[in-house]
Amino acid sequence: MSQSRGTVIGVNGNMVSVEVEGEVALNEVGYIDTESGEERRRLKSEVIRVRGSRAEVQVFEMTTGIGVGDHVEFTGELLAVELGPGLLAKVYDGLQNPLPELAAQCGFFLDRGVYIEALDRETKWRFTPKASIGDRVERADTLGVVPEGIFEHRIMVPFNRYGTYTVKEIASEGEYVVTDRIAVLEDSSGEQIPVTMMFEWPVKRPIECYAERLKPADPMVTKVRIIDTFFPVALGGTYCIPGPFGAGKTVLQQITSRNADVDIVIVAACGERAGEVVETLREFPELIDPRTGRTLMERTVIICNTSSMPVAAREASVYTAVTIAEYYRQMGLNVLLLADSTSRWAQAMREMSGRLEEIPGEEAFPAYLESVIAAFYERAGVVNLRDGGRGSVTIGGTVSPAGGNFEEPVTQATLKVVGAFHGLSRERSDARRYPSIHPLESWSKYAGSIDRGMVEYAREVLHHGNEVGQMMKVVGEEGTSLDDYVWYLKSEFTDSVYLQQNAFDPVDAAVSVERQKYTFEILFDLLTTRLNFGQKEEARAWFAQLRQRFLDLNGTEWQSDAFKELVADIKKAVDSMRAGVEDNAVSIVGEMR
Amino acid sequence: MRKVYSKIESIAGNVITVTAEDVRYGHLAMVTSSHGKSLAEVIRLNGSQVSLQVFAGGRGVSTGDEVVFLGSPMQVSFSDNLLGRIFDGSGNPRDKGPGLEENLIEIRGPSVNPAMRIIPRNMIRTGIPMIDVFNTLVESQKLPIFSVSGEPYNELLARVAMQAEVDMIILGGMGLKYDDYLSFREVLEEGGAMSRTIFFVHTASDPVVECLLVPDVALAVAERFALNGKKVLVLLTDMTNFSDSLKEIAITMEQVPSNRGYPGDLYSQLASRYEKAVDFEGAGSITILGVTTMPGDDVTHPVPDNTGYITEGQYYLRNGRIEPFGSLSRLKQLVNSDTREDHRAIMDGMVTLYANYKESLEKKSMGFRMSDWDQKLLRYGEMFESSMMDLSVNIPLEQALDRGWEILAECFEPAETGLRTELINRFWPKGRTAAANEESA
Repeated sequence: MSQSRGTVIGVNGNMVSVEVEGEVALNEVGYIDTESGEERRRLKSEVIRVRGSRAEVQVFEMTTGIGVGDHVEFTGELLAVELGPGLLAKVYDGLQNPLPELAAQCGFFLDRGVYIEALDRETKWRFTPKASIGDRVERADTLGVVPEGIFEHRIMVPFNRYGTYTVKEIASEGEYVVTDRIAVLEDSSGEQIPVTMMFEWPVKRPIECYAERLKPADPMVTKVRIIDTFFPVALGGTYCIPGPFGAGKTVLQQITSRNADVDIVIVAACGERAGEVVETLREFPELIDPRTGRTLMERTVIICNTSSMPVAAREASVYTAVTIAEYYRQMGLNVLLLADSTSRWAQAMREMSGRLEEIPGEEAFPAYLESVIAAFYERAGVVNLRDGGRGSVTIGGTVSPAGGNFEEPVTQATLKVVGAFHGLSRERSDARRYPSIHPLESWSKYAGSIDRGMVEYAREVLHHGNEVGQMMKVVGEEGTSLDDYVWYLKSEFTDSVYLQQNAFDPVDAAVSVERQKYTFEILFDLLTTRLNFGQKEEARAWFAQLRQRFLDLNGTEWQSDAFKELVADIKKAVDSMRAGVEDNAVSIVGEMR
Repeated sequence: MRKVYSKIESIAGNVITVTAEDVRYGHLAMVTSSHGKSLAEVIRLNGSQVSLQVFAGGRGVSTGDEVVFLGSPMQVSFSDNLLGRIFDGSGNPRDKGPGLEENLIEIRGPSVNPAMRIIPRNMIRTGIPMIDVFNTLVESQKLPIFSVSGEPYNELLARVAMQAEVDMIILGGMGLKYDDYLSFREVLEEGGAMSRTIFFVHTASDPVVECLLVPDVALAVAERFALNGKKVLVLLTDMTNFSDSLKEIAITMEQVPSNRGYPGDLYSQLASRYEKAVDFEGAGSITILGVTTMPGDDVTHPVPDNTGYITEGQYYLRNGRIEPFGSLSRLKQLVNSDTREDHRAIMDGMVTLYANYKESLEKKSMGFRMSDWDQKLLRYGEMFESSMMDLSVNIPLEQALDRGWEILAECFEPAETGLRTELINRFWPKGRTAAANEESA
């Protein structure tokens, strides 16, 4: 692509109209050369519409000071990110500027028009060649590896090199910086192409250098009971967490980013509070990941475009995040992308659509909202790589529906394309029942680690208990039969000892699948057992006592002496009240045996 | 010599259009009409067509009036001379003092680099138990007061301004009733707090564009003071008026409305103001306490709804009291562990009991029989409301905690409170049980 030039002819908010001389591509990056006070600045922008020789660009910065007649230089490149070793543990803004480095240069504030290279050019990486001279290679084939923290980072043939190449030169084992030439490839016409350890990839194009895409089957363990047991997420799957403000979306995302059983976590803080990113940013370097013994930061990349940062870059940030996720998937790793919040990204699209004077759809969101959201979530997936390895990208996005109403366009468009729905409820968060995932409204299409039939049975108990609870509000306790009352108690019991989880308790905060299976079986036994109560008062007291013991159990170290003692205690208590099996559980309990 | 343009091509609402050369987006112009001078800001460029938003409004502007471009964006003077003064949204004095023009700073500056932020760590004492004990205000926090028209939210703000332990107060008034503005001034003057306060006030009768400038001007000044090491508390009332002004101007500009007429960027607009709250490592801080009136007491209305997603909690002001339910200071956990050991226990324990009181009250109103326990709760609830929740209560945190123990001792046996035994042994008022109280009565 040639590099065209242009002149500003109009400004409207963060959209600038440019008269272009020469060719221009959609999503091409241009720099607007403008003055700001005494200084001249080059503001990054992206072409979002072309009509004749007039192009509309969205500017990733504040547009104050841009005037008609300012010069624009187009780069001929699409909006892209740098891929190579050194991405992990970094904190980037939506355009992949490293924020700590930016702070070192500019101080407290994000100055306009300052862009810093995403990958450090000085760090030396220990390169070990894997390909040899004469090898035939394609894009994404491994040329060598460098160690990056706990991972073996593959140096691959750049993904934008289509066709087959012959390796002409390959660097010997040694220390190199990312810009050093580590190989020379020759294409079919005999042209020699030098390759470094880094390359660029346009963020809005999915990386598809794999052999085949598979159906997500293995569960991704989050160590949150209600998710893993009731609404599981699969590796390579997608899920969404809609919820009103204050329901705990961000806390749930933070917990997941800590405990999820994956190799790499990419946190995309998109248009949310800066304070929440700060918590992650300050705490992760201190927290030790029990699986690796290293800090959590070493497996994390943070992309952060908080609510007061320029809106156009907010839209770019989710794509930057997913592109980095796909890159690591090519190394056979399981990557989890947490996007908080996709509603802010959709709002950024809405703002731009309004400036472009497009015909608005529902709630003024653009008509292409659904297809854009679908395309984003479709970038998740588990794939077989060409070398036989397997990698996955799992995407979990929060949604912030206006007024907490799930009927709005962003929630609905998201629900159409995700595999699991964890709906948070204000009612539950007000009652301090955390995590506030609604047990009756949420769903998941993925298979979990615990027997589906048993889980379904527990959900029925919750359902029935909820009905009884609703009825009791009208007719009072006196008007409820003992049988119904016990169902109500069972469902409340399940809620408080299993669905609720104390994120601040060192033991209860993260529960392994093994432990979940074990405690769920105890719970299941209680739910299916017909209990022998004389009257309601007795039943309530019994459940209150059992609940206390079960909560103690939740806070006790797995398989410790105290744990075993409590389990024996609980089992004894249930046995003492046992009077057979509940009618509706006969078949399932029979199956189990 | 600046060029004078004397042909205004269109006037619609507060927006005028002129044909001009070499104009930059966001810069200011001076419009001189027969009614006086007003600043105007460039809000759209289209070729040589320049659209300007006139701060004093479009009324009375004639097509033949003069427009001069000033070549800079909106600025405000910054110095210690601002203290004790009162200005309007454009930065012109509203008191009888002189206009200030030295040391101009730009408003709407860039946002703070998230990598430079720190985890909040200091409590701000206000002397109001419902805040200090139950939902502590934290330095660098942004919190709205959700309320409805008619509630004493401005009185509450004035009390906070008087009592809060900060270095200075900046009050941003938007669409303020003139009486409210006067009573703010009166309270602060009488309380002797005027010397550490700056007012930026837009009253309900002032031009709507100036309403939009108030938070920007107030926060730009606050930011400079904070960088100079001052602990600044910014009070903004009422952000719903601010949002309504945004709506008004967006509609005049023929923007596509998104939800109940508000522009699609309402969230970003509010966030860019609230996110100015910050604690600068090694310097001062900005804390924002705003008021958001909820039209029709509806929290799902776009303004409170978007605000809730931005801020770190909220206070509900209902029936003249800060409600313990729904109110939340999301950052309180960061500070209330180092105040006094019984702080968290009192905070949780008293609210749980108050929730039980509400249940008993409901049962009572439905005609159910009241048990002894219900009677105790009813007594407790009334005491809690009159000596803790009432807005006139002004006591430091420690005293408020002591008072909490006294109320508990007055109404309950120690075991009924659900508090940890060890705390009860230490803090329960000596020789006091509910039974003993009854005897002495």
